Amino acid sequence: MGATAASSPWSGSPRSLRPLEVSPRVEAVRAPADALIDWSWLASHTSTIAHLAGQHVKLTAIAVAIGLAISFPVGVVAYRHRKVYAPVSSFAGILYTIPSLALFALLVPYTGLSTVTAEIGLVSYTLLILIRNIVAGLHGVPTDVQEAARGMGYTDRQLLWRVEVPLAMPVIIAGIRIATVTTIGLVTVTALIGQGGLGALILQGYRQDFSTPATVGAVLSVLLAVAADVVLLAIQRVLTPWTKPAEVRDVVQRANPAAAVGGA
Amino acid sequence: MITLRNVSKQFPGSGGYAVRDFSLEVAEGETVVLVGPSGSGKTTILRMINRLIEPTSGTIEVDGADVMRVEPVVLRRRIGYVIQSIGLMPHRTVAQNIGMVCELVGWDSGRIRARVTELAAMLELDPELLGRYPSELSGGQRQRVGVARALGVDPPVMLMDEPFGAVDPIVRARLQDELLKLQSQIRKTIVLVTHDIDEAMKLGDRIAIINRGGVLEQYASPEQILRVPASPFVADFIGAERGLKRLALMVVKSVDTEPGPLVDPGADVHAALEVMRSHGTDWVAVVDVEGRLLGWVDRNGLSGLGTVGQAEPRPFSAVVSTANSLREALDAIVINKTHVAAVVDDGRYCGLLTLERVAQELAAA
Repeated sequence: MGATAASSPWSGSPRSLRPLEVSPRVEAVRAPADALIDWSWLASHTSTIAHLAGQHVKLTAIAVAIGLAISFPVGVVAYRHRKVYAPVSSFAGILYTIPSLALFALLVPYTGLSTVTAEIGLVSYTLLILIRNIVAGLHGVPTDVQEAARGMGYTDRQLLWRVEVPLAMPVIIAGIRIATVTTIGLVTVTALIGQGGLGALILQGYRQDFSTPATVGAVLSVLLAVAADVVLLAIQRVLTPWTKPAEVRDVVQRANPAAAVGGA
Repeated sequence: MITLRNVSKQFPGSGGYAVRDFSLEVAEGETVVLVGPSGSGKTTILRMINRLIEPTSGTIEVDGADVMRVEPVVLRRRIGYVIQSIGLMPHRTVAQNIGMVCELVGWDSGRIRARVTELAAMLELDPELLGRYPSELSGGQRQRVGVARALGVDPPVMLMDEPFGAVDPIVRARLQDELLKLQSQIRKTIVLVTHDIDEAMKLGDRIAIINRGGVLEQYASPEQILRVPASPFVADFIGAERGLKRLALMVVKSVDTEPGPLVDPGADVHAALEVMRSHGTDWVAVVDVEGRLLGWVDRNGLSGLGTVGQAEPRPFSAVVSTANSLREALDAIVINKTHVAAVVDDGRYCGLLTLERVAQELAAA
């Protein structure tokens, strides 16, 4: 029956689902799936699936947004004051190494089976990646550009917002992309503490020994991760036009000639 | 316009002085070049003028105001600043780069756009480049954008730190010429740092030669420094070919040329031969009645002819303009077999310049 288990849809699901897996003994007695997807079930549950996908997106967006809100000021301070960086980075690193289930288990006695519990965990995991990329991005700003800006009379604040942050943007957004994709994976785990999301479909599949919801949940979370990555990459391209190849930008300029000389 | 009085700078943690008891006066509209070996503190001195570095002691005044009493940001916006690596903002277009300081001081976008257009024309930047990003420009174009940006709000003072250090020698020479031309129009007070004594000689109205540890060795015009170096260090630093460097600073126009053996095309051959005899040559220069130099003919070329005009004058191999430097004239003279160059001013013959005449000029000055 090992062969059946290997070809079952959930055996290839993300690593974060490992702790959820039922024991091999239970898996062995599960009836072989007659079809990967029961299309009639899918058709009758579209609104539920859409609702869960929406929850998934929302949990992810909140986590990344809060993560960014914390990481940005911390990252800027760590960039300006080198001594701050090491402890901050270590702390975020420790948070990152705590297994997600263990973290939820630690938090439940205090914050219950709530969204707050889920978000505390999810936000914690974004911090390391975001802070590291924000600091690395800021450090990557060429010193001659900073010196020129300072020599022309930029204040520290103008230097940060008009020079350093825009130039660090590609690296910062790269961090956001990794944090987002990671969080989308982790959100499936939060179904365990009753927070919905596509993880709920996967759980349902296991509990009912019915492959369709689990397959749908797994496939959709992968698609969501890919889509989020593509959207963020597109946002980066729009925000950092100077990193684009000349031809692409020329097309943009022809469409909007004012962009060339226009505002900030 | 700029006054440094007994300025010293010690960086924390380093025992010695980077700059020691340094005083300098820069007049309005003057180009002063700070030149010295690495470790002479010349860049430190420049950066103290716009307070990117603050002096340990002494005072610096710009336009009568002690820089330490002016808000650094306000001070810097009134001083143009150009650095070797230029430091253009890679995320902003050429137009936005040029308009940066204008934007900082709050000009409206129409006024900025007009100023950017004006500066681009002044620095001979193709308007098509204005919409590009700095990464799409050549080194020379970037350097021009850097200068245009520094001129943005038309500051009376410009600080330039090795502005042409990062471009190849041909482009550098052209940018130096352009700076001289530009400066003759805009008459800014410029303090320029370089380690290249020839660049200093070319660009500076006055040159401050600085020794290691920020000690001023000599502050004088290039010509004076070459003629009377104030110390063995200066003599050593200006290097070999002092005479040639001085010649480079002198122009042909300032030298009295000799008319030489000279006839017009209508003169008959006998008269031409008489001119040769009296000058001790076997050739004459042919100059028409309007003063244009047609070339020269020799004794053999005239044999059997009636007038000089019937001969085919041969062009001079060495012709220099009155605007050329004596160094260029000397080069033309030594290459020519006869050791003489014809001097013309806008096509009109002025006379002949000989090796002896150049040597006399150097000895007299």
